[in-house]
Amino acid sequence: MNELASLVAATLSAGTPLAIAGLGLLVNERAGILNLGAEGMMLVAALAGFAATFHSGSDWVGFAAGAGAGALVAACFGWLVIWLNTNQYATGLAVSLFGGGFSAFVGVPYVGRKLSERSDYSVPVLRDVPFLGQALFRQHPLVYLVVGAAVAVAWFLYRTRAGLVLRAIGEAPESAHALGYPVRRIRLLAVVVGGALCGVAGAYFSIVYAPLWVEGMVAGRGWIALALTVFATWRPARVLLGAYLFGGVTMLQLQLQGMGVNIANQLMSMLPYLSTVFVLVLISRNPAWIRLNMPASLGKPFFPTL
Amino acid sequence: MIELEARTAPSLWMSILSPIFALLITVGVATLLFLSLGKDPVRGLSVFLVEPFHGVRALTELGLKSTPLILISLGLALCYRSNIWNIGAEGQYLLGAIAGGWLALAVTNAGIDLPRWIFFPIAILAGALGGGLWAAVVALLRDRFHASEILVSLMLVYVANLLLSYLVFGPWKDPNGFNFPQTVSFSASTELPRLLRGMRLHAGFLVALGTAVGMWIFLFRMHRGIQLQVGGPSPAAARYAGFSSRSALWTTLLVSGALAGVAGAFEVSGPMGQLTPYVATGYGFTAIIVAFVGRLHPLGCVLASVLLSMFLIGGELAQSRVGLPSALSGVFQGVLLFSLLACDTLILFRPRWRRPA
Repeated sequence: MNELASLVAATLSAGTPLAIAGLGLLVNERAGILNLGAEGMMLVAALAGFAATFHSGSDWVGFAAGAGAGALVAACFGWLVIWLNTNQYATGLAVSLFGGGFSAFVGVPYVGRKLSERSDYSVPVLRDVPFLGQALFRQHPLVYLVVGAAVAVAWFLYRTRAGLVLRAIGEAPESAHALGYPVRRIRLLAVVVGGALCGVAGAYFSIVYAPLWVEGMVAGRGWIALALTVFATWRPARVLLGAYLFGGVTMLQLQLQGMGVNIANQLMSMLPYLSTVFVLVLISRNPAWIRLNMPASLGKPFFPTL
Repeated sequence: MIELEARTAPSLWMSILSPIFALLITVGVATLLFLSLGKDPVRGLSVFLVEPFHGVRALTELGLKSTPLILISLGLALCYRSNIWNIGAEGQYLLGAIAGGWLALAVTNAGIDLPRWIFFPIAILAGALGGGLWAAVVALLRDRFHASEILVSLMLVYVANLLLSYLVFGPWKDPNGFNFPQTVSFSASTELPRLLRGMRLHAGFLVALGTAVGMWIFLFRMHRGIQLQVGGPSPAAARYAGFSSRSALWTTLLVSGALAGVAGAFEVSGPMGQLTPYVATGYGFTAIIVAFVGRLHPLGCVLASVLLSMFLIGGELAQSRVGLPSALSGVFQGVLLFSLLACDTLILFRPRWRRPA
């Protein structure tokens, strides 16, 4: 029972950054821009968040720094793909490669540093409830906030006028442009919001999850977040579901290792990546289903002619 | 306000000048970076731009570093021309390294004394099989289940990395290696034939150059090569002409996987001489930049490989000579690709000054 509770707790903790990044990328992709730079943005943000928390002593300053760093990198990406019409795949890759190199370079002085005393965020009375306390109520506030964020994104996309415009731009930028919407500005905004959310996710790794800075510490989870949006067929609630699923697989694997299951830990560590592939295969099997759900202009350049 | 105006035809000049502009921007960024870190920019730049070319040994080292980059980037150029986004070349490279390592290990353990020119082609074959197999997984999942080759190939990089560390920490670990994660050192008969006495440059470099020529012929002088490339910019035209997109998918992925695998096999039996976790050098990712800087053209790939090797060697030298982390070369690689993509805009568009309305 105890193991189960700690598995639930660990799953929530591991799924949270995936969910945050996935939601950001979802907003991003709903506007028609595919940002393969998620991994790079998250790495830069992880470093920025760690450094800010290290110097200020406050998690929240760290998250703000992470969000800012993510947004800044995303803005560069957005300017390139939206105004200069560069290839989205290539530019996203450039962001990922740059983010990896840049964070490794700038982060050298922070390797091996420890953050000061971590605050205890557990919920006062509820944390002592048997099972539920351990499973649910000894988490970082972000773990709860992400559920709210998913609801907010869903509400924004499906219940507000701005969300409708955003989706319209993702489906048919030419038509939206003809109706007089500033397609490029809105797309840039969506990209920046996506970057900021990826930034928060990156900062979560270095401030809460690890908490330390190591070169390349995001370890492919930016790419997994990208896969999540496909898995979720671009729906916010399913992003959340998918994130916890992946979090669960990651953690189950760690727990089995901890319980002394006799399989080499490197082989067990392949599980999250293999299950990402497996899920992609499962979900992409029916191309009509993907085509129906994917924003129609995703990844395609749009250059307004006057 | 500067506005972009579409050109009537892509500018050939700009497509040649763009990498040069990008290089200049990168050098500019590097200068600023050195200044801001309080290092002498002339000293810093010479480590990157001059020293890698200084002397015979440096030149052969440059060729040695270029070898895997040329091989991998040629395959990637083929993929990207056909609009197949294989970004997991690092994984295919690692599988080639594992296959090559397995072969060298088998030869070493059996104590067979092979002439080097016999082992060499077998190593190429092993690497090609390993890398090709890894890429075939991507092709299969894309072909059969429509799974995105971008994400699948990238996920397989992490799997390949873990497989390598499983092998060197586990079954293939050198029993007398003081518990270091590495295999035994391979025997002399698995070394690659050297090109110059006393230098590490090996015959793989010639294979890489030969592959570049072969790729040029394939891309521009053979019907099959043309077929593949039509599918990239205009899939509808390719369909109309009856060119199969499935066969393009398989061909490009298998070729690029095999080439990356050969690069991996060369690395383990060439400069490394054993399998360690350090086989994962990131060449597969650097080669992506090479392919773009080289304009997806075989000759360009060769030139860009030399350029990027220069950055890699410069990064290593920067650590020992100027006291900067070697990750610096990663920063420069990223800046180079960024500015290249930005400059590429000038191929299709012309900047125009327009007074704000």
